[in-house]
Amino acid sequence: MAVQRKPKLAVWKFASCDGCQLSLLDCEDELLEIAGRVEIASFPEASRARVRGPYDLSLVEGSITTPHDAERIQQVRRASRFLVTIGACATSGGIQALRNFKDVKEFTSIVYATPSYIDTLATSTPIADHVRVDFELRGCPINKAQLVEVISAFLHGRKPNTPPHSVCIECKLHGIVCVMVAQGIPCLGPVTHAGCGAICPAYHRGCYGCFGPMETPNTAALSRRWSELGASRQTILHVYRTFNAQAEAFRKESEVYEH
Amino acid sequence: MNTKTIKVDMLARVEGEGALYVRLKGSQVADVKLKIFEPPRFFEALLRGRSFEDAPDITARICGICPIAYQMSAVHAIEDAFGVQIEPQMRALRRLVYCGEWIESHTLHVFMLHAPDFLGYADVVQMAKDYPEVIKRALELKKIGNAVIALLGGRAIHPVNVRVGGFYRIPSKRELAPLAEQLKWARDAALETVRWTAGLPFPDFEYDYEFVALQHPDEYPFNEGRLVSNKGLNIAVRGYDNAFVEEHVPYTNALHSRLKERGAYFLGPLARYSLNFDKLSPLAQEAARAAGLEAICRNPFQSIIVRAVEILYACDEALRIIDGYEMPDRPATEIHPRAATGYACTEAPRGTLYHRYRLDETGQILDAKIVPPTSQNQKIIEDDLRRFIPQVLHLPEDQLTWRCEQTIRNYDPCISCATHFLKLYITCEE
Repeated sequence: MAVQRKPKLAVWKFASCDGCQLSLLDCEDELLEIAGRVEIASFPEASRARVRGPYDLSLVEGSITTPHDAERIQQVRRASRFLVTIGACATSGGIQALRNFKDVKEFTSIVYATPSYIDTLATSTPIADHVRVDFELRGCPINKAQLVEVISAFLHGRKPNTPPHSVCIECKLHGIVCVMVAQGIPCLGPVTHAGCGAICPAYHRGCYGCFGPMETPNTAALSRRWSELGASRQTILHVYRTFNAQAEAFRKESEVYEH
Repeated sequence: MNTKTIKVDMLARVEGEGALYVRLKGSQVADVKLKIFEPPRFFEALLRGRSFEDAPDITARICGICPIAYQMSAVHAIEDAFGVQIEPQMRALRRLVYCGEWIESHTLHVFMLHAPDFLGYADVVQMAKDYPEVIKRALELKKIGNAVIALLGGRAIHPVNVRVGGFYRIPSKRELAPLAEQLKWARDAALETVRWTAGLPFPDFEYDYEFVALQHPDEYPFNEGRLVSNKGLNIAVRGYDNAFVEEHVPYTNALHSRLKERGAYFLGPLARYSLNFDKLSPLAQEAARAAGLEAICRNPFQSIIVRAVEILYACDEALRIIDGYEMPDRPATEIHPRAATGYACTEAPRGTLYHRYRLDETGQILDAKIVPPTSQNQKIIEDDLRRFIPQVLHLPEDQLTWRCEQTIRNYDPCISCATHFLKLYITCEE
């Protein structure tokens, strides 16, 4: 009887905090089962062992911020059958994309005494700006249940089930009273991609958009509502410029409030 | 001269990307460079102009393994600037969420990152084949640490509930009760972990380090205390910038820290333990003694036992806090910004994490300084390698390389933090 080869999984890191790949190790109930179904061929955070490519599924964390990484992502793409980005850095440039709105030389000199030692690009860009991406998983950090769903979907050759609706729908699904309507707390939920489980409203604060924009968000209407609730232009500018500042819908809306 | 280079692709099982360069001359170590090439992310620069309210959410993103540490140092520093006093129950909840992070982060390191070195496995998945019960227990223990963070913070990674002045939402006593049941199991599992780690093989390697950690008159340190060492340092956190200096060296993207007067110093579990042994709970002290540890531990390889002792302490302390908890009237103290500079150190799983913020009267951040534990430990890691390599130089190349990696992993280096991969290069000149 022919033995079926286990699919090879690789995890790659670019500029990031490691939190999204940690989500895989945080799957305490599923980790050993996943390890039984796939060959973890390259996952430096967790293992010294490395198996050569090509890889059936590559999970990519982090954004592109150095010339070296811009080269490296091309190699990762060539070695991967499916490439899935995990998290806000890989999908929209992450918090470090705030440099895109500033002069990176100034940033370097604020942090480092000798800026000439530092080799960095002027921008932080998502993986899809550099190579073809087969699927983008949102979140800062990603939701580990969604990660298991994505791995499972690719192993079975189907499309991952990660609903594209807004956080508002998640509040309704969880029976959470709307913090904006009931308490007048400004909330990004109406324009933010679902996936977190509406945890901020559940903890009595407004959503801060860490899953990035949903499909066709009406950001202009939401910003007007924020103004009516007393949010300053600077507050509105900053709320779009956090962990998904480079995502197009958030970037464009932030520019309206720039001056 | 015969020169030979050993190149190992990447130092694994650390959080982030780095490389190690070792140059040998015969049996002498000529040079050691721990190179962190994790790309710079410029957190201190991008905090400028943001509201103080953004600091805990933004700085959490420096590290996905220890976000609570960043949130805690951020809120304490800003509260210091604004002259805010936190009520005792709020302080207890902060300590509780920190216990969760120690349990989660230490368990990750003990079993998934460090133990495989002692037993000769590439990773935890390989190790689980021979130690299924040990790893099952470890995963359950780690899950309980995460459950503490998730209950208080909303989720385990980048929690959403921490704010300057307190929390957005605070739990009722009833909500904490199921957590206590889990923590009782975790305490037993942690005790077993101390025993298990004590049985690992340790090289004979001790050094008279300068240990630095917070010290508090009544408690094992998490959120407050004075910065002390075993060689005479004893300062308020506000004095940090006078006592320590950061240097930018060309080969690494993480700034090197040293004590102005004496140079390299050691942060993390071993330092905390050795400076605060008498503040551990009786159960944790007893377990440490039974594991063969003295009140001071100078063997960095035994940090794996000390981490296990700290997991045990964190379970014990979490149970004590839950037992004495009374729900405060309000989730947060009211904040009135003022133009001032605030300072805080808290004890991240990997050691002391320093934050400083200069704020204006509207609460806008004018500048920020963040010094993570791994960047402070870089020099001592290099020193350890310089001292340890001669002991293992007789080993075959792959074994030698592995021992170097293990020496680095003694510090649980979080390279994502330190810059805000490790390649190993050994050059031998015969």
